[in-house]
Formats: sequence, C-alpha cells, structure tokens
Amino acid sequence: MPLPPLDSPQWQSSWRAFAWGLRSITQTILTVVLFVTYLGIGALAHDTHFSLLWALCSTLFVWAGPAQIILITTLGSGATIIQSAIAVTVSAIRLFPMVVSVLPLMRTPTTKRREMIFAAHLTAVTLWVECHRFLPQVPRERRIAFVHGLGCGLVSVCLTANTVGYFLAANLTQTLGAAILLLTPLSFLFSTARNSREIADVVALALGILLYPLAAKMNSGLDILVSGLVAGTIAYGVHWWRKVRA
Amino acid sequence: MSFAQLIGDWHALAVLFVAGVVPNQIWRMLGLWFGGGIDEGSELLVWVRAVATAILAGVIAQIVVEPPGALASVPDTLRYGAVGAGFVVFLLTRRSIFAGVVAGEVFMLAGKWWLG
Repeated sequence: MPLPPLDSPQWQSSWRAFAWGLRSITQTILTVVLFVTYLGIGALAHDTHFSLLWALCSTLFVWAGPAQIILITTLGSGATIIQSAIAVTVSAIRLFPMVVSVLPLMRTPTTKRREMIFAAHLTAVTLWVECHRFLPQVPRERRIAFVHGLGCGLVSVCLTANTVGYFLAANLTQTLGAAILLLTPLSFLFSTARNSREIADVVALALGILLYPLAAKMNSGLDILVSGLVAGTIAYGVHWWRKVRA
Repeated sequence: MSFAQLIGDWHALAVLFVAGVVPNQIWRMLGLWFGGGIDEGSELLVWVRAVATAILAGVIAQIVVEPPGALASVPDTLRYGAVGAGFVVFLLTRRSIFAGVVAGEVFMLAGKWWLG
C-alpha cells in the first residue's frame, strides 16, 4: 500500500495525513521488533513487581525502550531514585541530536515551536528511522500530522504489547514466561548491534557487556553506570586513537 | 490479579515521573528548544553515544547474568548459550534481528525441553 503522490487530493486534509501516518505502521518490520520488545517490557514489569498501569504510563510518558528497561531493572535491583535517574538520563542524551535532526524535516517557515512538541515527544529511534524513509513522500505542510499518526500508531502497538506481555508473564508456565523475558535482551542486543556502524559503537557494545559482570562484583549499586562510563570512554578512546593515526 | 494490583500505588508512579519521565524528556525538549546549531558528528556526541551504548549493553548483560522472575529458572549456561546462538545466527543472516531473536528463543526452549 504505497503512499499517494505528493499532489494527490488525499493530502489536502490533516486528518487524512494523520490516517496515512497511522496506516504506515503496517509498512515496516520495525513495528514487529517494537511489538516484541514491548511484550518483553510488559513481562519484565510484571516480574519486577510493577503494576500494569505503571508499565503503560512508562510507555506513554517515557516512550524510549532503553530508558524504560534501565528504569525497571535499576529500580528492581534496589538502586535509589537518584541512581536510576542518572542512568536513565545518560541513556536519553541520544534523543537530543535525534530531535534536532528530525524536526527540520517537518518544519515549514511558519511552523511554531509549540506545534512540534508532540512530534518531539514521539521521537525515538524507530520514528527517527521511519521519518527519514517516509517524509520525502509526504507534502511538507502535512508532515507533522503524518508523524502524529505514525507515532500514535506505534504507541498503540506498544501499549497493546505491554498489556499482552504483562498478562502472559502472569499466567504462563515458567518456561514460556522465561522465553518472553529473554526477548528483551535478545531484541536489544541485535537491534543495537545492527545500528552500530562506527568502531566506537561496536567497542562500546562489546566492552559494555564484558565489563558489567566485573562492575557488578563491586556491589556499588551503580554497576551499570560504572561499566557504561568505563566501556564508553574506552570506546571513545579507540575512536580518537584511530582518527589521530589516520 | 485484582484491579488494585493492576493500578499499583501512587508512590511507584511518582518514582516513575521523577526517575524516568523527567530525566528522559528533558533531552527531547532541549532538542526542540536548541534545534539547529549542534553538529551531529561532534566529538562530544561520539563520546555520549558510546557511553549510552555501553550502558544499554550493561542492561542487556544484567538481565542475562542476574535474570529477573521466571528467567531465573533457566540455568546459567543455557541463558548464555541462547544469547550466543542467537548472535551467531544474527551474524550469519547478515544481521537479521528477527532470525537472531528466533534462534536464541529456540535454543533456550530446546535446551529446557532436553534438560527436562
């Protein structure tokens, strides 16, 4: 189901553009990856003793898979609010350049900043990737409406997945419950590995995994922050060293 | 499961906002505010992205090494084996996320079944 041509009357109404955005979630495999990831987050929330409402609110208001998983796992393993907040905020810094690079795609000379608040909220890795793919096929003055539709569609898929995952974890046999919880590390590992194009990303991913068990031995409550800062800084060092040598 | 359990307590929701929503959302709103003017390829952002990736890697490792809930019923070697098998298939299929996830799950379920 391709999008209508740029000069089609289909684009004359904002609501139509919203509906096309909503429908576009069926045009990408990333929707399936998101569904699986949020199924895992729902199950994780259940097994870490958070309520279903809590899980749904985290999806609605945080809307960033890594931050949600970091929040659930750190709070679940007894970190303080401050420690969790630091780990979440470091993971979320990547949203800053993402928003900066995606908003110019949908801005017109008359667009006001407040008209883009919701689009900024919806920006996360999946939407960022899909905006670069879909937006060239959408007339500029309808792009914000289209992104609202696309984002609302993806959020709905994830809220559904959260609910299904939460109840599956509560009602399934132990083996199937374990299988759902295993979805989270698998889908995150592979989607992060897939997005790792530069040497710094690859080293950060590999070292981050290897250093975590060592950092955990220190039992500081800041394990993930410590291993992340050390592994990330070494990865940056490798990047810098290669650049200087080149 | 009762209705009250699905809602949970207000304290946990307050923690969600303080530790999750605000620290996450602040970066999007800063991006909205200061849009433009930042170079996506700047050295500071390379470092930030590396640290964020490594933190995410730590979270992945934590779930596998210190598994929550039902995942703790799977023996250590089987969990590590499942992630390893998934990763090999991911690489063999030219980085297919789907193939990697399915392979890891099948490995874990087959191992569980074989161990009884």
